[in-house]
Amino acid sequence: MATYSSNQLKNGLKVMLDGDPCTMLDVEFVKPGKGQAFTRVRLRNLITGRVWERTFKSNETLEGADVMDTDMEYLYNDGEMWHFMDNHTFEQFAADKNAVGDNYKWLREQDKATITLWNGNPIAITPANFVELEVVETDPGVKGDTAQGGSKPATLTTGAVVRVPLFIEIGQKLRIDTRTGEYVSRA
Amino acid sequence: MSAVHNSWQPTATIQNLQRRAEILSQIRAFFAKRNVMEVDTHLLSHCAVSDPFIDSMQVNYQSLAGGDITPMFLQTSPEYAMKRLLCAGSGPIYQLAKVFRNGESGRRHNPEFTLLEWYQTGFNLPQLMQEVEALIQSILPYQPFEYISYRDVFQRTLQLDPFTASLAELKSACREQVEASFEDEDRDTWLNLLMSHFIEPQLNATFVHSYPPSQAALAKITQDDYGTPIAARFEVYVQGIELANGYHELTDAQEQQKRLKADHDQRKQLGLPTYPLEMRLVQALEHGLPDCSGVALGVDRLIMLALNCNQIREVIPFSIDRA
Repeated sequence: MATYSSNQLKNGLKVMLDGDPCTMLDVEFVKPGKGQAFTRVRLRNLITGRVWERTFKSNETLEGADVMDTDMEYLYNDGEMWHFMDNHTFEQFAADKNAVGDNYKWLREQDKATITLWNGNPIAITPANFVELEVVETDPGVKGDTAQGGSKPATLTTGAVVRVPLFIEIGQKLRIDTRTGEYVSRA
Repeated sequence: MSAVHNSWQPTATIQNLQRRAEILSQIRAFFAKRNVMEVDTHLLSHCAVSDPFIDSMQVNYQSLAGGDITPMFLQTSPEYAMKRLLCAGSGPIYQLAKVFRNGESGRRHNPEFTLLEWYQTGFNLPQLMQEVEALIQSILPYQPFEYISYRDVFQRTLQLDPFTASLAELKSACREQVEASFEDEDRDTWLNLLMSHFIEPQLNATFVHSYPPSQAALAKITQDDYGTPIAARFEVYVQGIELANGYHELTDAQEQQKRLKADHDQRKQLGLPTYPLEMRLVQALEHGLPDCSGVALGVDRLIMLALNCNQIREVIPFSIDRA
């Protein structure tokens, strides 16, 4: 893997720090009036999600992390692992609970998701920004004025619970924004 | 929408550029009223700055088309040239100079920027600090300024004496405040780290003065009230931004030569490029530099503060990526 010197650091660069792959969120050049320059970086640990700051001086070197994002199709969950397939290579990958986290709520079989691979292993998944899921449980719908405010919880096929307008009924398909977990519209 | 498509456009709004123009003329009026002469010295020099941590940009000069190439350097500050003028009897002078520093790019840095540098003959450091405050007050909304020594500002914020703390103490103070895994045996590296990461962000409208002699650059070395040698140097901070750096100027030609040589040696030791030393500055000082104080102020940063902008690119017509 490539190594980077501290003057090559930039946003989005993936490097190894303390044994974990990290991505650079913000790189700031700091130069005291007289004296050597520093590079102050905000980083996210791609395994733990922790965000923190670290400072490098000009001649430090960092090891690049073999991290890449690949679009894949979600296949199924076997009770323990979530299985995905790269539709170009037909290679399959199994992601564990740590990698999937709460995003299991937005995974519908055959949908596309972005899988972050580190040394070929899934460490994070990002569902599509919008997914369409069916309501399996909610209070009976209220007919009539759809513009009226008010909301109620609805459980979707994946187990996700979202706030929906009162007129939504069981069996309807909803469009959800996975970044906020909010109902957008009927699909 | 695409970045490429928009790249002809200025990075500053026309409104910001109008404010910039007003501020530049206010600065000129400030010095006209005080009978300080405007000068415009060369940007291109046969010599480069000696400072190990400032990198000069090199230009291929040909005195005849197709002739031999002579490497020349874009100035990183007009200091050497202005001091040569002072030695030649110019009296008080100022300059709004474009300067160039390789590798300095960021939110508050553009590799090409505007420096206001001025020298007042017969001024000591407190007199110059007052004049710097007057200039800043004339541009920014009024705010009371604090004057504090380098030692006191460290003691106040870190309970640490920067003059007497051991290398180990400085390192451990740094590790408490800043995550950094590198090693360095130079005390100034750790002092600079504490200053830039921890102290500076807390400083608003503050003059820090009386620096350790190791950070003197081209300032005179004097003594403080306790008899400790200090550099007659100050820095000004507003809203956590370093705005200006001033000295009671070194006038001793021999000492000047020694410092140029020391910088040169440090560059060699650090594996940095070495350039021709500006011996004409030493010769000028041998002829005689009048007792004076001088300061360099980042004009773009002053404008950022006046306009409440977070990035230097918002106050200059075209930042380096669009230049």
